[in-house]
Amino acid sequence: MEIGTQHYLVLSFVLFAIGVTGILVRRNMITVLMSIELVLNAANLNLIAFSFQHGNLTGQIFVIFTIAVAAGEAAVGLGILLALFRLRSTTQLDSARELLG
Amino acid sequence: MEFLTVHGPAILFYLFAAVAVVAACFVITMRNPMYGAIALLVTFLSLASLFLLRHAEFLAFVQVFVYGGGIMVLFLFVIMLVNLHRLKESRLFGQNAPLAVIVGLLLLGLFGTLFVGMAFAPTQAAPPAFVEVDGEALGNSQAVAWSLYRDYLLPFEIVSVFLLVAMIGAVVLGRKQ
Repeated sequence: MEIGTQHYLVLSFVLFAIGVTGILVRRNMITVLMSIELVLNAANLNLIAFSFQHGNLTGQIFVIFTIAVAAGEAAVGLGILLALFRLRSTTQLDSARELLG
Repeated sequence: MEFLTVHGPAILFYLFAAVAVVAACFVITMRNPMYGAIALLVTFLSLASLFLLRHAEFLAFVQVFVYGGGIMVLFLFVIMLVNLHRLKESRLFGQNAPLAVIVGLLLLGLFGTLFVGMAFAPTQAAPPAFVEVDGEALGNSQAVAWSLYRDYLLPFEIVSVFLLVAMIGAVVLGRKQ
């Protein structure tokens, strides 16, 4: 049996849906940040599957850029998490209702 | 033996896909974020194996080093810094769970169209992505490097500036007032 691009699309979709569910329903900010990483990884899987199907390396280059953006996002997001924890002594997103502090 | 050479890639794909999906479910259901981080690491590693199956060898190792090494250590450090043992979590899910159900139903509709579209998709496997320089085929890492530094040099430099800005922002945010 041949594994085609559509198998990768389905797997990527499932991972994306799990990530979006985590972003929407969880209260803990650490878990929300990890769900964002899941979503970005699902997009990476799509890019690599299409790169293989078309025999074109551009998708793989874009994955490098996505990983760089994910690293920056994780650093800034965890910085915001630490600032929130210092202010409220909690990491629950429900407790951060206003941006004024 | 012949069974393995014919069906080996399919077996590996289904194995790693199942591991990735189960670990991703653990990421969003675990009460303790430390266990969630470990499950996220398992997801990253199985995705790296799937990258290998699609002939993206360089990116598989970048996935292991950057995600499995760098970003995961960042997460674990922060989880240890905020010392979650003192925090009692009474409710696991937030107040917008009904919104999540609506979005999930919309995503399910998209999933259905994807399955319908699968019936019409071409299934032929393309040859692995090679770049030829002076009539010589390059390996995956060399080909990615050629493409990155020849065609995408400006975006690459912009990404380096972006990472510098993100690092400065993280330091400013994490500093004591």
